[in-house]
Amino acid sequence: MPAVVQLDEVHRIYESGDVPVHAVRGVTLTIGRGEFVAIMGASGSGKSTLMNLLGCLDRPTRGHYHLDGSDVSALDRNQLADIRNEKLGFVFQGFNLLARTTARENVELPMLYSRRHLSSRATHDQALKSLALVGLSDRADYFPSQLSGGQQQRVAIARALINDPQVLLADEPTGNLDSKTSVEIMGVFQQLNAQGITILMVTHELDIARYCQRNLIMRDGCVVSDVRVSARLTATEELRKLRAAEATAKLTA
Amino acid sequence: MRLLSTIKVALRALRRNALRSVLTALGIIIGVAAVIAMVSIGNGAKSQVESSIASLGQNIISVFPGNFTAGGVRGGFGTASTLTVEDALAIRNEVAGVVNLSPEMQDRAQILANGLNWNTRIQGEDISILDIRIWSVVEGAMFTEAEVRSAAKVCVIGKTVADQLFQGMDPIGQTLRIRNIPFKITGLLASKGFNYFGQDQDDTVIIPFTSHLKRLARRPFLNSIVIQATAPEQMARIQQDITDLLQQRRNGKEPDFTVRNQQELAEAATATTKTMTLLLGAIAGVSLVVGGIGIMNIMLVSVTERTREIGIRLAVGAHGSDVLLQFLTEAIVLSIMGGALGILLGIGSSQLISRLNNWPVLVSPTAVLGSFVFSAVIGVFFGFYPARKAAELDPIEALRYE
Repeated sequence: MPAVVQLDEVHRIYESGDVPVHAVRGVTLTIGRGEFVAIMGASGSGKSTLMNLLGCLDRPTRGHYHLDGSDVSALDRNQLADIRNEKLGFVFQGFNLLARTTARENVELPMLYSRRHLSSRATHDQALKSLALVGLSDRADYFPSQLSGGQQQRVAIARALINDPQVLLADEPTGNLDSKTSVEIMGVFQQLNAQGITILMVTHELDIARYCQRNLIMRDGCVVSDVRVSARLTATEELRKLRAAEATAKLTA
Repeated sequence: MRLLSTIKVALRALRRNALRSVLTALGIIIGVAAVIAMVSIGNGAKSQVESSIASLGQNIISVFPGNFTAGGVRGGFGTASTLTVEDALAIRNEVAGVVNLSPEMQDRAQILANGLNWNTRIQGEDISILDIRIWSVVEGAMFTEAEVRSAAKVCVIGKTVADQLFQGMDPIGQTLRIRNIPFKITGLLASKGFNYFGQDQDDTVIIPFTSHLKRLARRPFLNSIVIQATAPEQMARIQQDITDLLQQRRNGKEPDFTVRNQQELAEAATATTKTMTLLLGAIAGVSLVVGGIGIMNIMLVSVTERTREIGIRLAVGAHGSDVLLQFLTEAIVLSIMGGALGILLGIGSSQLISRLNNWPVLVSPTAVLGSFVFSAVIGVFFGFYPARKAAELDPIEALRYE
């Protein structure tokens, strides 16, 4: 399995305050193409910092980060922006969609800053294709305020997918969703993963992590546990169970 | 491509906040409108002054004698007796580009006619004075060249003199006495009204300069020579030629004459209105700058308000320059839109002011173009700081911004 993400003794030290904060202390990590990994840890464990580093939003203080074979640890601001645009897709806890902008336009956003120039027609088609991947073809012209939380998160996933990223990065993607919608979103991720997309997800919910293939646990800036998930949950199965439980509840009520 | 779509994004953002955009642009709208209206009013006043100056004649050069000094007593300007008819003839014959020339004598005298008397200005002139001053004779006729040559006792009178002495009677052919010398009235001058300096131009009697020299002044020296040049561009050259010629005729003695042109007079007269226009324009300009600060203020608010949006854009691959361009475009579009509306409002309001007050208003294309360009520059200038602030945001912090 070729490595798509390779971290080599990566450190991140914040110098802004009086005392330097050593948020990530020497993480070495390899993630192969097509993996579905959950990064877990308590707050302050450094998982968000690690996520920022993986997402090329931040640069390591020390160490090297190879993304898709090339070293991105020493790139400048604009080069990092191009890497984010071409190789990474982001899904956030708060969805981070542009308000008063339709779902399709939100999905098109990364293409606006792409170095490949597509006609607006092609951009349009690409966005619809991406929305179809997350099952929202019929909501293309809706505004985020007209969509449910789960639908908004799907729009965000469609946006992350539009430039065919090497890695999909999700930061607490189910943090703002109820449990059933969370399972649905994990279903979307599993489906995408089955198509070969590498997914890295930060979460602090154990049961959500069980939908992934591999779980990393961080504490005090180090990876303390790296295990394969033995009893992996599948979203389709869980959803079926949920529906059955709902039906029973209705019958007994 | 990227530029185009960035501009589209900026326009969409402005449309989404239509009311706020209009209110923001209002500062520029009012500023530009004020500049245009104020400058138009100022220019209108200036053109009025200019046309009243122009009624004195076009492309006029005057030669005055110097000041006389005797026994330590210095006479004032034009008191020397040095300018002669020969000087005038030499100028007419030797300086190229002289269209008309009149040797001038000026005096005041008590005149008598029809049993009434009146104190007025007596001008000795050549017949070409009518062309020089853009004047005409409405009744009767101007005295003739022959009469000038023979120093005949003839005159033409202004309307005020006619009113005072003849009170409705026809003055043509009547005789009026200047210092007891009878002069026959050949014509009545068209009314010219008051000049820019408040002098009644109709309160005058014009006689041939030869008659004035021979019969009234009884001396060979002129009060001045008035010359009309062919074209304004020739003025400086002709003025210099006259100076050189007169200098030459005096065999290198101290210059005892002054050559002036009316341009200087016109400039002095329009200086006041120019200052006024400048002042009005400057005050209006201040409001334009205030409008620009208004744009900066709103852009700063907008950047803060849209921090998250900026974070998202940066996260998905926007460069700082894309964000800079987006916000700069918003500021420029706001100010250009304001500028365009301001021009319409400015022209409209100056027309309205002109109608209501009956003021002459002259919309200056320079002011229109200038204030438009200035408003665009204001957009760039006051939009740059907020836009740069947006572009330099850290994507991580921008995304976390609540």
